[in-house]
Amino acid sequence: MIKVMKSGFYSSIQDAGRFGYRHYGVPVSGSMDSYSSQFANLIIGNNSEASVMEMTMTGPTLKFSKPTVISISGADICPHLNMMLINMNSPITISANDVLSFGRLNSGFRAYLAIKNGFKTETILGSQSMYCGLTKAHRISVNDTLDYKAFDKISLSHNSNVKYDASVINDTIIEVYKGPEFDKVTDELKEMVFDSNFEISKLNSRMAYQLNPLIKNTLKPILTGPVLPGTVQLTPSGQLIILMRDCQTTGGYPRIFQLTDQSLNKMSQKRTRDKIKISLKDF
Amino acid sequence: MRYNLKYSPYGEKAILIEWPAFIDEYILENILKFKFELENYYIKQKVDIINTYNSLLIIYDVTIDKLNDEVFIFKKLYLENSEAEKVKSKIWEIPVCYDDEFSTDLDAFLIKKKLSKTELIELHSNAIYTIYFLGFLPGFLYLGGLDSMLYLDRKITPNLNVKKGAVGIGGKQTGIYPKDSPGGWHIIGNSPVDFFNSNNNPPSVFKVGDKVKFSPISPSQYTAIKVKSDYKLNYFKSND
Repeated sequence: MIKVMKSGFYSSIQDAGRFGYRHYGVPVSGSMDSYSSQFANLIIGNNSEASVMEMTMTGPTLKFSKPTVISISGADICPHLNMMLINMNSPITISANDVLSFGRLNSGFRAYLAIKNGFKTETILGSQSMYCGLTKAHRISVNDTLDYKAFDKISLSHNSNVKYDASVINDTIIEVYKGPEFDKVTDELKEMVFDSNFEISKLNSRMAYQLNPLIKNTLKPILTGPVLPGTVQLTPSGQLIILMRDCQTTGGYPRIFQLTDQSLNKMSQKRTRDKIKISLKDF
Repeated sequence: MRYNLKYSPYGEKAILIEWPAFIDEYILENILKFKFELENYYIKQKVDIINTYNSLLIIYDVTIDKLNDEVFIFKKLYLENSEAEKVKSKIWEIPVCYDDEFSTDLDAFLIKKKLSKTELIELHSNAIYTIYFLGFLPGFLYLGGLDSMLYLDRKITPNLNVKKGAVGIGGKQTGIYPKDSPGGWHIIGNSPVDFFNSNNNPPSVFKVGDKVKFSPISPSQYTAIKVKSDYKLNYFKSND
C-alpha cells in the first residue's frame, strides 16, 4: 500500500486514457503530458500504458509499505526519498516504510510518478484514469491508500540509451495543424494569431487552457461537431481555448487549429502567466 | 441518396468526414450507414468512430501513415454502402415531472413564450425526438425534433448548478442533464431515471438513431421511480 500523507495541489491516477467510449460522451482523459508519463514508465521497464500518478505544481507525500521501483519524469519538483534529494528520470529502489516527498517546482507544471507494474486502482470503462463522475474520486486525497504489487528484484538495469527530451518542458512554440474551420479565418486574423505572444490565463485545467489576449473575430458558431484534446477553439468573444485531455467530445465553437501531439504535451507543462507562440505546421 | 462529403485530416490521428451542415434525419441515416460500414472495415483495428449532426470522426490510436490511402478506401466504401440495411431503432419513453419543484425556469419560460403550462407540457411531451448523438457530458443526448413553438435562446448567464435529471430547452434543442453540471438551458422539468452508469457496459442504453418520447408524471410517481434502483425504461420498436 501507499499511504497518502499529503495530497499535493492536484494529484490523480492516469493512464493512456479511456479509448472507445467517446460515442457515449465520455472524455478520453489520460496523462496530460503523455510523453513524460510514458518516459517514466519506460525507465522502469513498464508497459507505456501502465497507470501513473500525475502530480500538478506541488507533489504529494507518500509512504510505501512494500518494496518496489519507481521513477519520476516531467516537471522538476525536487523529489526526495526519506528527506534526501533523488534523481528524476532514473529508477529508484523503494523499501518498506520509505517516504517520498517533493520540494519546490523548478520547471514545468506536471510530473509523473511511475511504479513497477502500475498502480492497482479501479478500472472504469477500460481505464484507470480518474475523471469526475466516472471514477469514485477525481483526485487523490490525504489518507487515501493506493495498492501496488510488491517488487523486490534488484537486477533492474538502467537503460542509459534513453535520454529525456526536456524540450517538452522548455519549448514555448506550440505547433498546430489546420483545424476544420481554419479556412473560415481571414488572412488578417491568421497573421495576428501567428504574430501574437499569448499568455496562459488562470483558467487552465485538465479540461482546457484559455489564452490571453482576446482575438476579435466575426466567426460564426458551427453546428455542434466532434472535438479532440488539442483542438483550439475561437469563441465569439475572442477567447482562444485549447482543449485538453478531459475535454468534452463535441463542441460548437469554430475549431481553427489542432495541436500536434507533442505540442499538446508541451501545453500540459505550462501554467498561469507562461507565454507561448503559435506556429502553423503542414500535414 | 449520396452526399458530397468533405474528407480532412484532424491532427495526427484522426480523419474528419463532413456532410452538409444541417440537422436532418436523412443526413443522420446516411451517416449511420457509413459509420456501420467503417466499423465493419475496422473490426480488427483499434479505432474510435463518433458522429455528430453532420460529421463522422475516425480516431486511431496510432499516427496515420498514409492519409490519402485511407481517404481513398473511405470514398470507395461510401459508394458501396448504399445497400446497407437501415438499423431498427427503439422509441424510449422517458418519464418527466414538470412540477414546480423541478421546473426552476418554467415561469420565466412561459412568460417569454406566451404559453400556458398545459400547452408547454403538451408541446414538449407529444413530440417524438431523434437521438442524433451523445456528447457534452457522459450520457447527454443531443435530440432533434423540438416543436418550434418552444425554441428559446439559451440563458445569457449559465446556471452553475443544474441538477441531475434536469430537462432543459436551449435554442432549438431539448435535453436531459445526466449529472449535476453547469448549464445554460431553461429548466422545465426533471426525469428520475439514470441516463449513464459507468459500472454498466454499455454505460448508456441509448443508441444514436433511437427515438425519445417524454411522458409527464406526478411528483409521487417521480418519487416512486427514483427509489427503485432497478427501474427499467419502457421502449417500443419503431415501425419505420
